[in-house]
Amino acid sequence: MKLTLTEEQEMLRKTARDFLADKCSKEFIKQMEESETGYPRELWQEMAELGWIGLAFPGKYGGGDMSFLDLAVLLEEMGRACLPGPFFSTVILGGLSILDVGSNEQKQEYLPEIIRGEKIFTLALTEPGYDNYDASSVTVAAARNNNNYIINGTKLFVPDAHIADYLLCVAKTKPGNGMTIFLTDAKNPGIKYTVLKTIAGDKLCEVIFGQMPVPEASILGQLNQGWDVVQKIVQRAAVGKCCEMVGNIQRVLEMTVDYAKERKQFDRPIGSFQAIQHYCADMATDVDGARFSTYRAAWMLSEQLPCTKEIAIAKAWTGKASQRIFALAHQIHGAIGATIEHDLHYYTRRAKAAELAFGDADFYQEVVAREMGL
Amino acid sequence: MDFSFTEEQKKFRLEVSNFLEDEIEKGYWKPACDAWIQGFDPEFTKRVAHKGWIGLTWPKEYGGHERSHIDRLILTEEMLRYGAPAACHWFGDRQVGGAILSFGSDDLKKEFLPRIVKGEAYFGLGMSEPGAGSDLASLQTRAVEDGDYYVINGQKTWASCASFAQYFDVYVRTDSDAPKHRGISEFIIDAQSPGLSRIPMIDITGTEAWNDVFFDDVRVHKRYLVGEKNRGFHQVLHQLDYERSGMERLMGNYALFDSLIQFAKDNRLSQEPVIRNKLAQLQIEFEVGRLLIYRVALVMEEGRAPNWESAMSKAYSTEFEKHLANVAMEILGSYGQLTSNSKLVPLRGMALHSYLGSKGYSLQAGTTEILKNILAVRGLGLPSS
Repeated sequence: MKLTLTEEQEMLRKTARDFLADKCSKEFIKQMEESETGYPRELWQEMAELGWIGLAFPGKYGGGDMSFLDLAVLLEEMGRACLPGPFFSTVILGGLSILDVGSNEQKQEYLPEIIRGEKIFTLALTEPGYDNYDASSVTVAAARNNNNYIINGTKLFVPDAHIADYLLCVAKTKPGNGMTIFLTDAKNPGIKYTVLKTIAGDKLCEVIFGQMPVPEASILGQLNQGWDVVQKIVQRAAVGKCCEMVGNIQRVLEMTVDYAKERKQFDRPIGSFQAIQHYCADMATDVDGARFSTYRAAWMLSEQLPCTKEIAIAKAWTGKASQRIFALAHQIHGAIGATIEHDLHYYTRRAKAAELAFGDADFYQEVVAREMGL
Repeated sequence: MDFSFTEEQKKFRLEVSNFLEDEIEKGYWKPACDAWIQGFDPEFTKRVAHKGWIGLTWPKEYGGHERSHIDRLILTEEMLRYGAPAACHWFGDRQVGGAILSFGSDDLKKEFLPRIVKGEAYFGLGMSEPGAGSDLASLQTRAVEDGDYYVINGQKTWASCASFAQYFDVYVRTDSDAPKHRGISEFIIDAQSPGLSRIPMIDITGTEAWNDVFFDDVRVHKRYLVGEKNRGFHQVLHQLDYERSGMERLMGNYALFDSLIQFAKDNRLSQEPVIRNKLAQLQIEFEVGRLLIYRVALVMEEGRAPNWESAMSKAYSTEFEKHLANVAMEILGSYGQLTSNSKLVPLRGMALHSYLGSKGYSLQAGTTEILKNILAVRGLGLPSS
C-alpha cells in the first residue's frame, strides 16, 4: 500500500500545472465560456503535442502507453485549472471506449486521429427525464433498415456535441435492455444541436436525431449488448469527474486558507479565529476523503479490478463533500467570494456541474446499497 | 499509488480473523462494542501474546517483531471487527510501549517492553485532571525530588483501564516556576504503590469506564522517569499523536455496524428507501474513514510521527461512530431503548450502549475541537488563536 505519486507522476503533475498556469488564465476561461466552441484549436494541438490526449493509449496507436492512474493525475490538474474544452469528452468518453470495445479497424481508424488532436469525440447517452443512468431511460431508438440503422430521438446534456466529429450514440435496438452503441458522424445533417446555457458555461447540448441513417459497420461493440459497455463508460467517467473535482476542491482549500491568513478583521487574520480554523479543518478532511476514495477507484480501474462499490463511494463522497466545501469556502471568503471579481465562482460552478455528471451522490448511494447486499 | 495489500498481508489478516473466529466459536468471549478499551480478559491477552501479536512493530531486541505499521493496522482492524476483549494490552501496545521506546532509558525498555509483549504488563494513563482537560499543560499533580525518589501528590481522572492497570503512565509537574508546558515530566508508576488509590467512575452506559486515581505521597524511584525531566509535555503530545492514530477510533462500535446491517436484511427493513440510504451512507463514511486511517499508518511507516493526520482521522472517525449509533437507534425505533438485560432487546443492546457510549468518543484523547485546532494550525498553517 502506498498513497503517494511516483516520480513520473509527480513530473507529469508539475508539467501540467506549469503549462496550465501559463495557458489557462481565468480571463481565458471566461472567454471560452462566452465563445461558441468553448475551446481554441491551438491549445488543443499543443495538448496533443504534449502527449496528453494520447497519454493512456497504447503506443501502437501513437499513445503514451501510460495508465488510467497516470491520466487521473492529469485530470486532477485540469480540474485544478478549470480547463475548458473537449478533453474529457474526447478521451474519457470517446477514445477509451473505442479502445475497450472497438474492432481492430475502428481502433486503427479513430485512435490515431484522436491522439493527434485531429478529431473530437463525445458520448450521447442521457435523455430528457430524470433517471439518466438507467437502461430504462433510453428511448432513442435505432431501427434496422437493410444495411442501415435509422436513429430517432433526443439526447440531452451531451458535452461538446456541437464541435464533435463523432458521437458515440447509445440507442435502443431491441425491446428491453437491448442497447447498441453507434459511432456516428456528428456532422450529418440529420442531427440538430442546441448548446444549452449551463452553470459552468461548459457546452452541454441538446442533440436531436431526425431519421438519421447509420451503417451497420458503425456499431461499436456488439449489437444489443451495449448496456454493459455503457455502464463501464459511465463508471470510468464518474471516476474521471471525481479526479477533476479533487483538483478543484484542493485548489479551493488552498485559496481559502490563504485568504484566511491574509484577511484581517479585529486587527488579526480571520484564520486565527477558531470558527474559521474549524471550517478549514472540515474542508481539509473532506478534500482528503475525496482524494483517497477517488484515487483508490482510479487505481482499481487501472489494475482492472472489480470496483463498482469503490467507484460509487468515490463519486457519492466527492459530490457531497464538494457541497460542504463550497458552502464553507464561500462563507470564509465573505462577500468578495460572491462576486464575479473573485475567482472562486469558477470553481463553484464547475464543481456543481461535475457533481451532476455521470451520477450524483444519491445515485451512487443506491449503488453502494446494492453492493452491500441490502 | 497502490491500494493493495501484499500476499503476506492478506495471509496475516486471514490468520488473525481465523484466530478470532475460533475464539468466538469456542465461546471464550462474545463480540462487543468498546471491547478494545473495556474488555478485560487477561487470558485473551495471553493468547494474543502467544501468537506474537503484541509489540508487533517493536525492535526484536525488546521482544518485538519488527513488522510494519500496516501489519499492525491489519491486526487491530480485525480485533475491532470481531469486537475482541483486548483492553489489557491495548494501551501498552498502542502508546506506552512506544513512548518508552522513543524516550525511555535502556533500563526502562528492558524492564517493561518484554513484559508488555508477553501480555504481562497492563497500563493505564494518567493525563487528565479535574482542572486540566483540553488544557493539559495546566495539570497540577506534582512530583518533588527526595533523594533517589520523587514524591507524587495529586489527582488524575478519566483514567481508562485503570481498575486492572498494573502500571500508570503519568504526567506530573516537576517545575512549578517554569512556563506551564516546560515543567512537566513523565513517570511509570506501579499501581500497587503505597499512597495510590482508585475510585471507579461509572459512565452513562452503566459501565465502569474510568477511574479517579489519587496520589498521596506516592514514592517513585528516579529510574521510572521517562525521558528528560521537564520534557514531558513534548512527550505527551507525541504519545497522543499515536493514541489518535488507529482503527479503534473508527471501529470501536463496529460489532454494532455488522449486526445492524444483518438485522436490516433479516427483517426486510433494508428494502425501505430511507433505511437503505442511511446504511449506504454509513458504509461510504466508514470506507472514507478507513482510508484516512491507512494514510496515518503510512506516515508512521515512513518513520514520521503522525500529527495533523491522526488529528484529522480521529476527529472524523468519532463522528462516524456517533452517526452509526444514531442510525442504529433510528432503525430500531422503540426497541432501541431496551437495555441489554431487558426482554425483547435487539442486537444484545449494542445500539443503546453505543448511542450513550459514543458521546465520549469525541472527548477522549483530544476533543474534536482540539483536533481541529491541530489540523488547522499544524496541517494548514493557520495562525494560532
